[in-house]
Amino acid sequence: MIGEDRTTSSDDGEEGGLLNATFGALGRVLMGFFAEFGRIVLLLRSVIRYIPTAIRSRRLVLEQMYMIGVGSLPLVLLIGSFTGAIAALQATNLFAKFNLLALARPFVGGSIATVVFTELSPVLTALVIAGRVGGSIAAQIGTMKVSEQIDALEMMAVHPSRYLAMPRVMAALVMMPMLIVFSDLVALLGAFLLVILKFTFQPADYWDSIRRFFSVYEIVVGMLKSATFGGVTALIGCYVGFNTEGGAEGVGNSTVRSFTLSSAAILVLDALFGYVL
Amino acid sequence: MIVIDNVHKAFGPKQVLRGVSMLIPEGETTVIIGRSGTGKSVLLKLIVGLLEPDEGTITIDGRRVDLMSESERYQMRRRFGYVFQGAALFDSMTVADNLVLGLYEHGERNTEVLREEVVRNLVNVGLLPDPRTVSASVFNQAYEILANKKPAELSGGMRKRVGVARALVGSPEYIFYDEPTTGLDPITSEQIDDLVAALTHKLDVTSVVITHDIFSVYKVAHTVIMLDEGLIRFRGTPLELRSSHDPVVHEFLERYAHSHAEVP
Ligand SMILES: Nc1ncnc2c1ncn2[C@@H]1O[C@H](COP(=O)(O)OP(=O)(O)OP(=O)(O)O)[C@@H](O)[C@H]1O
Ligand SMILES: [Mg+2]
Repeated sequence: MIGEDRTTSSDDGEEGGLLNATFGALGRVLMGFFAEFGRIVLLLRSVIRYIPTAIRSRRLVLEQMYMIGVGSLPLVLLIGSFTGAIAALQATNLFAKFNLLALARPFVGGSIATVVFTELSPVLTALVIAGRVGGSIAAQIGTMKVSEQIDALEMMAVHPSRYLAMPRVMAALVMMPMLIVFSDLVALLGAFLLVILKFTFQPADYWDSIRRFFSVYEIVVGMLKSATFGGVTALIGCYVGFNTEGGAEGVGNSTVRSFTLSSAAILVLDALFGYVL
Repeated sequence: MIVIDNVHKAFGPKQVLRGVSMLIPEGETTVIIGRSGTGKSVLLKLIVGLLEPDEGTITIDGRRVDLMSESERYQMRRRFGYVFQGAALFDSMTVADNLVLGLYEHGERNTEVLREEVVRNLVNVGLLPDPRTVSASVFNQAYEILANKKPAELSGGMRKRVGVARALVGSPEYIFYDEPTTGLDPITSEQIDDLVAALTHKLDVTSVVITHDIFSVYKVAHTVIMLDEGLIRFRGTPLELRSSHDPVVHEFLERYAHSHAEVP
């Protein structure tokens, strides 16, 4: 009785409190999100302001292009070839399940190509790059932040956005579409090997199908997407790096934070692209 | 001249500076002493705009730092050299590149000029022998070895001295030293002190030195400022410091006298 009494009397207050607390927390999360988003946009603005200096600082940009492009190529090739093979396996298995394989034969290559060019290759490559490149950008800049190297740059009157952020964002924008072309190629090869070996396709069937359904538009969409994903990943890596605090632990946290933020951004942007294009 | 007026700075709930006002006169060396964590490094960073005060103003040659545009602030910083407490060398770059990054990025691409600047300042801090005292081949060999090293391959004391050398590049009008001799052997410390004093005398540089080394205070200071609990506790000449009756100042100096007396 007494216990019941207490529950009912405190229920009202607690519900109000809980509601307030929920909205309060939600409000704080939203505020935090918009504040952070705003700061990323500010960083983007200062990176864009320094793009004209890219020619004069080409050494920095080229260094980053090498890091991002050549450095990531082996991983991208590995992911690309398996992506293609798995896409082919899923597609052909599906047709086989409904006994439509013979009928679907002319369409298999083309549908694999579409899925790979517009969706799988850009998104999976971007996620891999978010881990490899985004993480390393955040760690490198974060280390510079906590060891006062960013302050030292500032004291030499060298703007960190120009010296560190712009070359990384530029390099990612340029190199990602190139990586995608490689990824697309090996994905088609991977798919080719699978359908030949497992489903005994004639090579001509496969390539004819791709040629028939192939459209440059799809490749361009894929390259556009991946440039955006790459630029955003590099930008977020820089942003997280510049805001690192608290020694080696802080740098570790930044690496994880950069990967989390950029993979979320990639998936959201991919949905937006799907909606718009 | 730098004028600091009623500057407050807190980090979250932690009040570090609680109303610091001081004047840094032109062409002199001002030494800042005080216990660990009283905000000496924070004060230097506030002056050059690496941190922003919560309250109060900083004026450099009549221009308020907080009202400067970004490009004005960078223009101002080119007249400054700054030795960071932890050296803050760029660890992806060689010693030579560390020194001339600023010059290079501001358009100096003449390798001869850049190399000369590197040599001059590495000699200044005693990391290279005076080229007049050794043969050219010995000197060049020493130069090649040092200039191409990465910071991670240097000892702590060498890193510190490269940090000092980097601050001297470009002949700045103001040089801020955050503990330039901490962790150095007595002989090198003295060499750095001599360098600080010489720069002020010969080149009319305005220096601000944070130090825990009482010998440096007597050697280089025109004015000594002691920070305590976020406020200026003492301001005066080294002589006045020695004869101060303030118990806090007194205790601070006593500790040093003892710690050095214990050394055999
Ligand atoms: N970026 C920062 N974020 C949070 N707190 C800071 C930051 N910089 C300094 N502090 C705090 O401000 C206080 C003063 O730091 P400061 O580095 O100025 O001390 P200091 O007088 O230079 O000491 P030391 O002689 O040990 O170098 C310290 O308690 C430090 O924790
Ligand atoms: Mg300090």
